[in-house]
Parts: sequence; structure tokens; C-alpha cells
Amino acid sequence: MNADSSLHGLMAEFATPEEILAATRASWEAGYRDMDAYTPYCVAGLATALGMKRSRIPSIVFLGGVTGAMVGFFMQYYTSSVDYPLNVGGRPLNSWPAYVPITFEVLVLVASFAAVLSMLLLNGLPRLHHPVFNVPGFARASQDRFFLCIEATDPQFDRERTGQFLLGLSPTGEVTEVPLEILTEPEPVDDAARPAAPVIGEPVPLS
Amino acid sequence: MANAARPAEVLETAASLQHPDYVPRGHDCQSVTATISGIVLERPTGLGWLAAFASSNALLLVFLAVVGYLLMMGVGIWGLDIPVAWGFAITDFVWWIGIGHAGTLISAILLLLHQRWRTSINRIAEAMTIFAVMCAGMFPLLHMGRPWFFYWLLPYPNTMRLWPQFRSPLIWDVFAVSTYFSVSLVFWYMGMLPDLATLRDRATSRRGQVIYGLLALGWRNSARHWQRYETTYLLLAGLATPLVVSVHSVVSSDFAASIMPGWHETVFPPYFVAGAIFSGFAMVLLLCVPIRHIYGLQDFITISHLEVMAKIVLATSLLTSYGYLSEQFLSWFGHETAERYVYWNRLSAFGQYATLAWTVFLCNTVVPQLFWIPPLRRNQFVLCLVSLGVLIGMWLERYVIITTTLHRDYLPSSWGMFQPTIYDFLTFFGSIGLFLTAFLLFARLLPLISMSEMRALLPGSQGHEEGR
Repeated sequence: MNADSSLHGLMAEFATPEEILAATRASWEAGYRDMDAYTPYCVAGLATALGMKRSRIPSIVFLGGVTGAMVGFFMQYYTSSVDYPLNVGGRPLNSWPAYVPITFEVLVLVASFAAVLSMLLLNGLPRLHHPVFNVPGFARASQDRFFLCIEATDPQFDRERTGQFLLGLSPTGEVTEVPLEILTEPEPVDDAARPAAPVIGEPVPLS
Repeated sequence: MANAARPAEVLETAASLQHPDYVPRGHDCQSVTATISGIVLERPTGLGWLAAFASSNALLLVFLAVVGYLLMMGVGIWGLDIPVAWGFAITDFVWWIGIGHAGTLISAILLLLHQRWRTSINRIAEAMTIFAVMCAGMFPLLHMGRPWFFYWLLPYPNTMRLWPQFRSPLIWDVFAVSTYFSVSLVFWYMGMLPDLATLRDRATSRRGQVIYGLLALGWRNSARHWQRYETTYLLLAGLATPLVVSVHSVVSSDFAASIMPGWHETVFPPYFVAGAIFSGFAMVLLLCVPIRHIYGLQDFITISHLEVMAKIVLATSLLTSYGYLSEQFLSWFGHETAERYVYWNRLSAFGQYATLAWTVFLCNTVVPQLFWIPPLRRNQFVLCLVSLGVLIGMWLERYVIITTTLHRDYLPSSWGMFQPTIYDFLTFFGSIGLFLTAFLLFARLLPLISMSEMRALLPGSQGHEEGR
């Protein structure tokens, strides 16, 4: 960790998905591991190039589905057979075929919510702010530009050498430092639009 | 590498199979983003939108007034009576929920089937689903004698020590519809996350930045996030697909699980699902045609898109018509007197509901056959007209199914008729006001087309769902 404590990382901007893929692979070859790419849509192969393993989400969803089905079925079994048995024309109390639809609906409900919540939690969302938003022009990551950020936590990270390395990947834009926090005011306030503040203790002219 | 499993030539073939019209011509990432987000962020609120909003709000107020009156007076203000205790309200419920199904079909099933043309219309269709299910949910609630006790339907430990009757399709309905609404809402919102981030980044007003920023949950387009996102989206689509089929099957079980003549039929679940998708696609067409003109989205929702939907309307029309045939054949084949009498009442000149029943055939079976003719599939006026006919036909179909069965039961002593009152009509048209109000707000405040999916669809983009 020879990282600068005020720096989140260095960011380079690219114009096409091919370029960002090539740049990401080159960074991986060069030994960088702590990095992330920012793209306006899901570029095929990019997460793999960043060294991402298979997601755990499908297993979580499966578990959610199993849990939902068991809860759904047990609820119906318990209420109809144990807690308040109703004899309906001598039919069996645990008439399981009639419980299939609700079991299925609860399965889908729990699995769906497991899917969305695990996606958000694994992604660390909701999150109000992130250092990458400090980069001017980063707004285009959600529109038409592709960004690669090598983070300062990487053991190989060095402000000079990593910067040179990123420049060597011939990015479209410049290589920008990503500050951890902005020390200046985000937006200059237009004073002309404000009503003038009353001045307290102004001498009243005696005339 | 994800592409190792899908080599370049495979992608090439897949791309060439795609109809070129489904990819917006002459657009790049920037113009797609600017066009679609501009509708929300830059386009001033026009007089046309305000006029439409005022009209639909008037209808919504009518709805609220009728509901208020209903809560004061009880369901007797409708034409409900014994033996026909299910009248307009259940008809409206089945009709609305059916309309909702097409949205999930477009967004989930077509995603799983790699139909890229869904990209242009899935957001509109999903919004339609949400609002249609909202309208649908109102009706069973209002139809209860005491709507303020609706929570009695839920299994919660109560002082009466009673539980819902889980063997009843009506309780299945509660679970199916509420699950369907929740999952659709989550699916819709999740699909919008990246677009909300785009709106956040493009908004010029502070208010827009804050509101869209909060809604976007801090989405920052990280590649890792995208991969989890795509995986989750596919999983949700996989879960939503059987859910759609199950919901309308459960709705049909409300009828089919009884022993009433004309309802007690095994064909009901698939027949209802086909009818649902049929009416839903008609509604999507009816929404898409004006939207593409008003908002200048002809590049995105092309005539080819409309044509594909017309083909689906035709296909589901044939499926639904098969249901009609099957019903009638089996009522004759089954030698069940009461059953035969129901169809006699529907189809013969002696029947009280024969006019309506034949209108159903006209709207749902005869008129959609126009879509065999290619020029008519591409004529927007014809598309709207046929869709409107289908929506009317499907509403009447549900109505005829309910009333013909109930008004002539097994016992001649318990025969009756259903006379709709003005409040029946006002509730129904009022619910259309609720739908349109919600839809107009959606069109004004949220992206009408999925921008992130559109970008990935553009030629030269390497974008494709990962995690397959």
C-alpha cells in the first residue's frame, strides 16, 4: 500500500466496448487486480476480464425458492390440519393438491425478492455517493463512454507508473485522478439570484 | 471468457437473423440516450398532455366518487343479484388482469426467447402491466361486501382463531394476484435502475437530480454490477414466466373449480391464458401507436414492431377461438343437459345473451383474421381499430361466461337475469381513468423505452447479457 490516502484511483476514458475490453485485459496482464470498469450497458466478457467469478445469485435464488415453497406449504398444512382442522365432507385434512398453487406463488415471491435484494446487497447498493462520481465527465458512463478505473488499494498502484500505464493504453479522454472526497464546494452558488442578506447592526443614518 | 462459449460467427448469425428494423437505424448511444431521456427531461409539458391528463383525471374522480358511494351503500348499487352475484366487477377484474399479462409476456418470456424486438416495447408493456393489475386488484376488493375487512383474506393470527380456506381458488387468487403485482413491480423497477441513473446524470434541475438520484439507488454502471444485474434480470424473467401462466390459470380456476354448467371445464386455464395475452397485446398496440407519434419514437417502435404484435394478436386469437370451439363441442359431446342449455342460451336466438355472445365471436375470431393480410398488419389505423375490437370482445367474453352460467342454473326456480346499473358502467369507465392517469404520469416522468438495453442492441456494441 503505497497509495495516496486521498486518492480512490486513476480513471481512463474509452470510446468503444472493444477498447475497454482490450484495456481491461491489458491491465489484468500487467498484474492489476483492484480495478473496475464503468460502461453504459452490460459489455459481454468485461466482468470476466475483471476477474469476476461466477455469481452466487442463482444459488441464493434457489435457496429462496426452496424456503418460500416450504414456508408456503407448511403454512397451509399447519392451519388446515393442526391449528384449526376443518372436516369438509370427510376429505383428508392435508389435501395437498389444493395447496400447490399457493405453494408455487410463495415460492416465486420469495425467490424474486431474494434475487433483487441479493443483487443490491452484493453490489453494495443503495449507496448515496461513491468517489468515481467526483470525476468530471463521469456522467457519460451512463450514456456513451466506457471508463476503466485502477484503484489505489492495488498493491501495484503507483500514481506515476499507473498513470503512465493507463496513458499507454491510448484512452480517448485523459487519465484522471479520482479523489476520495472533494474538498471544494461542489457548485458555486449564484449570489445574484439570492436576496441580499439583511445586514445587522448597520448604523441608522440620523437625519 | 463469456465469448468463448459463443464464438463470433455464432453472434454474427444471430445478428443476421435479427430483422434490421428492430435496431433503430442511424442511431448511436448518444442519440438513443438523448431522444429517450429528452422526452422526460427536456420536452415541455404540452397542452395535449395536460388535456389528456385532465380528461383521465376526470374519469378517475368518477371512479373515486362511485367507490365512495359504494362504500357507503354497499354492493347493491351495482346490478348484483341472486342468482347472478358476479356481475361487472368480476368481469372487469378478469379483463384487467388479462391485459396485464401481455406486459409480462413481452418482458419476461420474449427475453428468455431472445426476441430482441421486445427491447422497444418492454418498458411500456411492463408499465401497462403494473397499472392494469392495480385496476384489477380494485375490483375483487370492492366486490366484497365489506371491503374494509379485506385483510381477513390474509393468514394472520387473529382473535377469531380462523384461517383462510386454502382449498378455495378465491384464496389462491389473493396470493396469485398480490404476488404477481409485487414481482411485476420489482421487475419493472429493476429494469429501470440503469435508466434512472442516466436520467440522474442528464438532469439539469436540482430537483430532478435529487429525485432520480434517489431512485437510482447509487447505480454507477460498474461492470461487476452489470453482471450481477443481468443474472438477476434473467432469473426474474425465468420466475415471472411460469408466474404469468399460473396467475391466469388460478383466475380461471375461480370458475373451473366450481360445478356450474359452462364453467366446469378443463380447457379453462389455457383458454383463459390465451385470451389474456390476446387482449393484452391488443392493449399494447393501442398504446404504442399513439405513443410513437406523440413522442416521435418512430425510429424505435417501427411498423415492423407493430406487425409482429399483430401476428401475435392473430395467433392468440386462433388459440382463443379454439377454446370457444372446444367449449361448444364438449358441451354437446358431454350430454350434460344444463351444460347444453348454457350454450343454447349463448348461441341461439332464444338466448338472452346471444347478441353479446355473437359479438364476441365477431370481435375475437372474425375481425382479427384481417391480420392475415400483410398491408393491413402494417396499417396503423386498422391495428388500432382491430385492437379496440379485441378489447371490447374480450370484455364481453368474460361477461358472457359469467352471466350465461349464473342466470340459468340447474334449478329453473333459481333463474334470473342481470341488469347492470349506471354504477356498473361508471366503475368500469372510472377504472380506465385510473389506468390512463397512471400511464400518463409514467410517460411524463419515466423513460418510455429501456435506454440501456437499446444501447446494447445497437450495431457494433458488444453488449449482450452475460451469465448465460
